[in-house]
Amino acid sequence: MAHYELRCRECGRTWGNQPRSICDDCFSPLEVTYDYDGLRASVLHGSNGHGAFSRESISQRPPNMWRYAELLPLPQGFEPRLPVGFTPLFQAPRLAKRLGAEGRNFYIKNDAVCLPTLSFKDRVVAVALSQARAFGFDTVSCSSTGNLANAVAAQAAREGLKAWIFIPADLEPAKILGTNVYGAKVVRIAGNYDQVNRLCSQIADEHRWGFVNVNLRPYYAEGSKTVGFEIAEQLGWRLPDNVVCPMAGGSLITKIKKAFDELIKLGLVEAKEVKFFGAQATGCSPISTAIKTGSAEIEPQKPATIARSLAIGNPADGHYAIKTIKSSGGWSEDVSDPEVIDSIRLLAETEGIFTETAGGVTVGTAAKLYRQDRILPEETTVLCITGNGLKTTDVLAGVYQTERPIAPKLAEFESYLQRTLDVAEVPEIVAAAEAARIGA
Amino acid sequence: MAIKVQIPSALRRHTAGVGSITCTAANLEDLFSVLDEKFPDLKPHLRDDKGQVRRFLNIYVNEEDIRFLGGPEYAFQEGDEVLLVPSIAGG
Repeated sequence: MAHYELRCRECGRTWGNQPRSICDDCFSPLEVTYDYDGLRASVLHGSNGHGAFSRESISQRPPNMWRYAELLPLPQGFEPRLPVGFTPLFQAPRLAKRLGAEGRNFYIKNDAVCLPTLSFKDRVVAVALSQARAFGFDTVSCSSTGNLANAVAAQAAREGLKAWIFIPADLEPAKILGTNVYGAKVVRIAGNYDQVNRLCSQIADEHRWGFVNVNLRPYYAEGSKTVGFEIAEQLGWRLPDNVVCPMAGGSLITKIKKAFDELIKLGLVEAKEVKFFGAQATGCSPISTAIKTGSAEIEPQKPATIARSLAIGNPADGHYAIKTIKSSGGWSEDVSDPEVIDSIRLLAETEGIFTETAGGVTVGTAAKLYRQDRILPEETTVLCITGNGLKTTDVLAGVYQTERPIAPKLAEFESYLQRTLDVAEVPEIVAAAEAARIGA
Repeated sequence: MAIKVQIPSALRRHTAGVGSITCTAANLEDLFSVLDEKFPDLKPHLRDDKGQVRRFLNIYVNEEDIRFLGGPEYAFQEGDEVLLVPSIAGG
């Protein structure tokens, strides 16, 4: 019997294991819960042929997200076929300096290089598809703002499953191409993500497909926990003081919290109060608005931002994201589109990481949080960079001019050098007006 | 106003399998009264103990979230199609 099952997050009713995301009784979302007593025993003695689930044994497992298999809802006998996750966590001293942080305590968790499709969505899809197979689906599907589309399409190809992907028609070309290429059927919808999402819930009612973010959602969402497990392990089995995380549907931030709680529960890290900080684009900021206005509930918005991977105006997990942030003593902020672009450039020019718009949102928000003294320089802080800049190059169109080529002659170059000695500075994201406004 | 209401499969066990109905309702409150009367078992699944619409139930009118149309203030128009849809996650 599986060591996990579905449970309603509100009324607590259990539902065993099946493709369903909603409690029929109260319409609330389901979540995977585990036999933690059994897991505590396996920390010492091992279980399911995995050996002990201890710091030592985990550190000897292959460097991918499956090293935390005991805390994931994987079907019996599941054999991973892709080395997803275990992305780098590293200090970012040059960016730290620009944000006013201490370099040795400031970290980037870089899922811009997550395999196979360069975003953290590879993690959730890997878990969802393991269950899709177990439940007997031959077709998997999703509504997506892009990264999920790429991840489902690629991993479905790898698993030999058919994929139907529903996207807003105006998605970034690279994200559409990066879905088409895997042979997935891409359905462009003339509407925003929330409309696509609503349509998918209706389609899931009619077709027996494995929608990773509808009927497989509770399993899918658990994959996000591996970001948290990895942060803890890569920090030397300790928890940071702060995590800054982008928010779209609001799930990731709650799952990193769940991951930390589980590690504490199993004695794998020392208990610690971690503050969670959520990042949104001002043009789609239902969660940060709720935090800043002191509301416990989400007021839906019509998205208008270049950060399309975060453009969810009615975030399904918004309520839980608010709870996670508030109860941790954290905060949420949002940044304008120009700040997103400046922040993408800042991260690239200081640390050599090219992130997509969501990463710009995270860096820009972190800058604000340091200016507001909500995060202090000496605290250990991790910024979650969740996607790759090569997918959203369109937002940088026009930022860099294509220069006139010069002849392959040394004299030409010397002349060129003279003309261009005044090189561009790294962008300054603390605009004077903004700094004045917040009194920084 | 005569409107059409679509009921998701998750709730159809409380409606004897009925997936859609046509009824007359002036606004959301009115619609809930109609549903209460027609499907008494459905009531606790749509509203909580305090009578509030359940947090994770989204209501759409002609594909638009009713909260953008004024929520409980919205006056149904003849032929409106109302969808009851659970909140689902993003990506």
